[in-house]
Amino acid sequence: MTTIADIPQAKPSRRGSLTLRVGLALLGIHLVLGLLTVFWTPYDPAAMAGGRLSPPSLAHWAGTDRLGRDLMTQIMIGSRIALMVGAGAVVIGALIGVTLGLLAAFATRFLDDVLAAALDILIAFPTLLLAMLVVAASESASLGTAIVALGIALSAIVARLTRILAKRVLAQDYITAARTSGTSWPMVVFKHILPNIWPTLSVNFALQFGLAVIAEASLSYLGLGAPPPNASWGRLLQEAQGTVYTAPLGAILPGIALVILVIGMNFLADGLRDRADPMRGAAR
Amino acid sequence: MTTHLDVRGLTLTTQGRTLVSNLSFAIAPGERVGLIGESGSGKSLTAMAVSGLLPAAIRAQGSITLAGQEVIGAPGRVLDRLRGTEIAIVFQEPLTALDPLMRIGRQIGIPLSRRHRRDGRDLSGRALESEILGLLEKVRLPDPSRILRAHPWEISGGQRQRVAIAMALACRPKLLIADEPTTALDVTTQAEVLKLLDALVKELGMALLFISHDLPVVASIAERVIVLRSGEAVEAGPAGEVLVQPRHPYTQTLVEAARAFDDALSGGR
Ligand SMILES: Nc1ncnc2c1ncn2[C@@H]1O[C@H](COP(=O)(O)OP(=O)(O)O)[C@@H](O)[C@H]1O
Ligand SMILES: [Mg+2]
Repeated sequence: MTTIADIPQAKPSRRGSLTLRVGLALLGIHLVLGLLTVFWTPYDPAAMAGGRLSPPSLAHWAGTDRLGRDLMTQIMIGSRIALMVGAGAVVIGALIGVTLGLLAAFATRFLDDVLAAALDILIAFPTLLLAMLVVAASESASLGTAIVALGIALSAIVARLTRILAKRVLAQDYITAARTSGTSWPMVVFKHILPNIWPTLSVNFALQFGLAVIAEASLSYLGLGAPPPNASWGRLLQEAQGTVYTAPLGAILPGIALVILVIGMNFLADGLRDRADPMRGAAR
Repeated sequence: MTTHLDVRGLTLTTQGRTLVSNLSFAIAPGERVGLIGESGSGKSLTAMAVSGLLPAAIRAQGSITLAGQEVIGAPGRVLDRLRGTEIAIVFQEPLTALDPLMRIGRQIGIPLSRRHRRDGRDLSGRALESEILGLLEKVRLPDPSRILRAHPWEISGGQRQRVAIAMALACRPKLLIADEPTTALDVTTQAEVLKLLDALVKELGMALLFISHDLPVVASIAERVIVLRSGEAVEAGPAGEVLVQPRHPYTQTLVEAARAFDDALSGGR
């Protein structure tokens, strides 16, 4: 005899693992290129390695720029910088944002309202503008400043998302159940709230990674990012601007590199979302 | 000490609205008390007040002593210690009362290892797992080693409520509050869970505060009942007496409604 309890229940499907894999593959390209530059680059990134604005050849796969530097080397270093910017900004944004968001979720009504209003005002500013303000305030353009600026700019969005998600989890019976069995608030945060908001937060982090990379390229394009010799893709674009008709690759290739990374992170976000969804559907 | 829980003149208000007014009752160790009332009469709020977990918007007046300790206005540290040793709660909806992302074994393991730590013992690994399995067996769950590794959505509603009871038992509380623990279950499962609660309370010598809107259900498990209506106790007494000879008109309507429901069931057969 079969009872209902014996019938195996559907496991959460792994649909979306394709988008996840494509995302990981695109990110992987940059991870390999970026990590490689830590140990080795085809040419010295700062030195003249060949003729000026030479087209692609066996010696220079992507050609050279107007100072005769190897373009492939520049783009690879750009990968490393973009990854550092994305990861750094997301980590900083997450640390500040999650802390603020949890604080707001736990705060008294008044403090929560104040925090929520402050976050709304911050979010009303475009991320890039906010980051430019932070860079301007720090008076020295460096890669570190750009990362901190972007992290701060992103933290408002993370904070607002965390606040909403944490409040939703806090209203659940299992939090009350944990509390009635004597679990203290800090333990509730680490054992129940963070694990339950993590699937949604991680999707957001992947998207923000992409946002941060674009924003840093924009900062560098405007001369507010990492100063030379740090070859950010944004600065490569800006430098190639004057010769875009004679040597279009100098502008096209950094653009393609940027697009690959950002699209990869978007795929990754989609894949993560698909993984998180069936679970939440079943838990409803 | 003759009372484990002593509620005196409990009044709960929010923004000028009185949700519970001047409620008094006591529960002795091992005693089984039923709290009856229709939905919205303040039963759950009373349970929350007793465990010191009222929503911030609700103000409590009066006195609640649990194991000799005043609960109203007590600091969080004191309440964290009271909860899970003196008192544990089983809720109405077993699915939402379990963390959807956490395996059953771990959900039971958290309060279990905390209780052992309080007693000065560190329980982990095999020893912890075998004690969790013991609890799952105690609540008569089939195939405990599978359920230990399952997520809440992978087991049935009745099984989830048994898990919730196991979580409460892990605390080895002196008072168990069951807030409509069978309302979300189908009739057969309901009877099984009631029987289980009844047996466990007797076996472990726990006191029980059983909350329900269903008079016959309460009468089947409680020795003494309190009838709550719009936050006021309108009648209290031995379960048999109140069920057979209700004095307050409100209780009479509850009894009649239950009878009519029974008649409709048997008449329909
Ligand atoms: N957080 C809250 N804030 C304000 N009113 C509440 C809150 N929780 C419950 N109430 C009100 O208190 C009354 C009693 O609720 P409750 O104790 O949940 O009733 P029940 O007897 O069904 O368990 C209801 O009228 C409900 O609307
Ligand atoms: Mg209720």
